[in-house]
Amino acid sequence: MINLRRREFLAGTAVLLFTAATVRAATITGRLPWAPNAGNPPPQVRLGPWEFFSGDEGRAMDALADCIIPPDAETLGGKDAGCAVFVDRQLAGPYGQQEGLYLRPPFQAGAKNQGHQSEKGPAQSYREGLAALDRACRERYGKSFAELSGEDKIAVLTALEKGNLKLEGVDGASFFAQVVKDVQMGLFADPIYGGNRDMSGWKMIGYPGARYNYLDWVNRHNERFPLPPVGMTGNAQWSRS
Amino acid sequence: MARKLPKKDVVIVGFGWTGAIMANELTDEGLDVIAFERGPWRDAPTEFPPGYMQDELRYRVRHELFLRPDQLTFTFRNNMRQTALPIRSWGAFMPPNGVGGGGVHWNGEMWRFLPSDFVLKTHLTERYGAAFLPADMTIQDWGVTYDELEPHYDRFEYLCGTSGTAGNLRGKIQEGGNPFEGPRSRPYPTPAQPQPFSHTLFGKAARELGYKPFPQPSGNLSQAYTNPLGLRLGPCTYCGFCEWFGCSNYSKASPQTTILPYLIRKPNFTLRDKSEVIRINVDRSGQRATGVTYVDSSGEQWEQQADLVILSAYALFNVQLLLHSQIGQPYDPVTNTGVVGRNYTHQTISSVNGFFDSKKFNFNPFIGSGSIGMCVDEFNGDNFDHGPHGFVGGGYVGQVQTGARPIESTLVPPGTPKWGPEWKKAVRDNYLSTVKPGTGVHGSFYSYRDVYLDLDTTYKDRFGRPLMRITMDLKDNEIKQNKFLTDKFAEIIKAMGAEKLAVQYRTAPYDITTYQTTHLNGGAIMGTDPKTSVLNRYLQSWDVPNLFVMGASAFPQNPGYNPTLTVGALAYWSASAIRNQYLRKPGRLVDA
Ligand SMILES: Cc1cc2nc3c(=O)[nH]c(=O)nc-3n(C[C@H](O)[C@H](O)[C@H](O)COP(=O)(O)OP(=O)(O)OC[C@H]3O[C@@H](n4cnc5c(N)ncnc54)[C@H](O)[C@@H]3O)c2cc1C
Ligand code: SF4
Repeated sequence: MINLRRREFLAGTAVLLFTAATVRAATITGRLPWAPNAGNPPPQVRLGPWEFFSGDEGRAMDALADCIIPPDAETLGGKDAGCAVFVDRQLAGPYGQQEGLYLRPPFQAGAKNQGHQSEKGPAQSYREGLAALDRACRERYGKSFAELSGEDKIAVLTALEKGNLKLEGVDGASFFAQVVKDVQMGLFADPIYGGNRDMSGWKMIGYPGARYNYLDWVNRHNERFPLPPVGMTGNAQWSRS
Repeated sequence: MARKLPKKDVVIVGFGWTGAIMANELTDEGLDVIAFERGPWRDAPTEFPPGYMQDELRYRVRHELFLRPDQLTFTFRNNMRQTALPIRSWGAFMPPNGVGGGGVHWNGEMWRFLPSDFVLKTHLTERYGAAFLPADMTIQDWGVTYDELEPHYDRFEYLCGTSGTAGNLRGKIQEGGNPFEGPRSRPYPTPAQPQPFSHTLFGKAARELGYKPFPQPSGNLSQAYTNPLGLRLGPCTYCGFCEWFGCSNYSKASPQTTILPYLIRKPNFTLRDKSEVIRINVDRSGQRATGVTYVDSSGEQWEQQADLVILSAYALFNVQLLLHSQIGQPYDPVTNTGVVGRNYTHQTISSVNGFFDSKKFNFNPFIGSGSIGMCVDEFNGDNFDHGPHGFVGGGYVGQVQTGARPIESTLVPPGTPKWGPEWKKAVRDNYLSTVKPGTGVHGSFYSYRDVYLDLDTTYKDRFGRPLMRITMDLKDNEIKQNKFLTDKFAEIIKAMGAEKLAVQYRTAPYDITTYQTTHLNGGAIMGTDPKTSVLNRYLQSWDVPNLFVMGASAFPQNPGYNPTLTVGALAYWSASAIRNQYLRKPGRLVDA
């Protein structure tokens, strides 16, 4: 996602910061422009080591992913579905660094309905939040979050969600809400981004994926759509790694 | 210093819907026209081809096709006592960027306003008396009437190939259409789109409750269509990647599908992308625009002189450019003087999600299009007696669900935990049998003395110019209106057979973090009096007669419909005044 966003960013914005020749303003006249490979398909996330998380952070995230989306007989859990990998690659990319957002000072606290007002992006929030979570678990149980029993994990997260467990220097409830949102997003985003492995999220709910034509189906009411999901890189069987 | 370019007849600022319409109209008149667009070139074959356009994360969640706030943003506060803070990431609305503007990634919901909407102040005062309106409400008549705009509505509908069922043909009410609409001179160019299951069910439930449901007028075409410029659109395939996305199918009306391929072949038209206009220049008298100054992608400044300037940069950016160019007197809510920034409005939106028995209902909710839907209009505008209700305004309600992309559309019934095994089971059980209308309640947003735009005193953009400041809150009138509409809407969803409802009302304070459509209006409004409007009835600046300002910034207040059909009709209306009157005798078209 980094390359992709960066190119589009150059093309679309920040005209004073970059002067690459390829993104110069163009005069369009006489015919619609056509440049080979002008489009910008997303690169596929490469599996392998964490790109943003440290080993400890990664273990905590895998554990969190399995609490948020527990494995069951029919569907993978968050860990095996690659949800932590998804979050890792997002944080390593432009999203983690708030790229493209307005980051000029002064940073002042405001009302909640005035939106996020901090220099800290998601990457830094995760770094601080995961460290604070492990610290709190060590204090209470003498173990990191990932090492806790299943029951204790649920107890910790329930307390965190309700605001009964305070994290040091971090708003625990909103940090956890962010983790829930990002992990669940990993289950439902296209597998090209590292989560939703084997299209498990899409199969679970009956979503047929990146299809483009339901002309024959718009008038077929209350009938189950029969085809399996496809992603940007094709069918689950073709892309299983 | 800006380098000077050879003079043109016309310069167009911003190349979205209205920029494209004006370029085509004025080049037809033989004028030499150049348009500047700050964003990049975009079209289906390269930027949004089928294959990787169906990417919810990239286009919906990360807003790939939109302006980045670090290029330009606004500050926001609820009221004049609060400190405005910058909108650091988009929430309440999503500003367009790039060739085609909002036309690329809009839904295509194409509504005409009611005849009474254009004479709102007069109409409401006559029917209910002036005392019925809140004291701080600043609604006005438009200075143009429905009948005057009708031929231009018709033109834009036929340009787009709009799919719909007429409700009022030359005064005769038609079965199956919207009986409340103003008279139209012709039927829609193409028949209404067929409706998926949940939309059909909504129509049936509404009919049984005594309403007159009808298909939403749609710029996603029900069948192939060749428009008056000879451009062909293909039938929509209900892909469900429409709003926020470009159409890979040439099925959604946009400047790219309905104007550009024709316009670009004209020798008297030039378009420059990645070129941001930073100022409209005026001569020493302050009464004549000499052209614009823009910055290209290498950071270089250029000056483009022209005889006529068309500002078509989208509502908010039109106002921002007027303020930065010091054209027109800025509005001051304390003294109630000045005009630029006055009567800023949004849309009052809410929805009701319905959860159905998954054993009985399978909606295949991913089948949809940007402007699919069955709607009822009984509660819009002044279609009902407001006397007993103590508010004015209204909106349409409908099952207008555009698809069910799974990041946003995996809902669980109220009371379900937000994570863990119960959440997972609820997502699995409900996805195919949930109704999620999105902007199901689409209400008006009237104007108020202390809801306005001006320049911020602290925050700056990348050129060092002050950001524009939004001061906006929801008032009792709109909150009451929304409660009334949302309850009516919930009754219909319940009558469809929903077991559980999640009812969301719109409440104060106005929240800049939750999306409420990109239907922003006002700030450079049209009218009959230069003391209370920026533009005359032809969208011509009162102060600078060779400047015309397009877009919903001209709306004195916002009716309960989507804006763009009216925005397009006003552009054609203005173009016709330029072609038939202004070019013959340049100068003020209306005496101040
Ligand atoms: C997600 C979404 C869905 C929508 N759905 C609907 C719908 O269903 N129905 C409906 O009626 N309306 C809808 N709208 C609104 C619709 O897109 C706008 O009303 C319409 O595009 C307005 O036309 P315009 O010409 O005023 O502005 P735009 O089409 O937005 O064009 C303005 C252009 O000017 C450019 N520009 C701005 N500033 C500068 C500058 N300084 N220099 C150079 N260029 C500049 C912008 O980049 C942009 O391309 C939707 C909008 C969004 C964002
Ligand atoms: S829903 Fe129809 S009009 Fe919209 S993007 Fe898909 S094919 Fe195009």
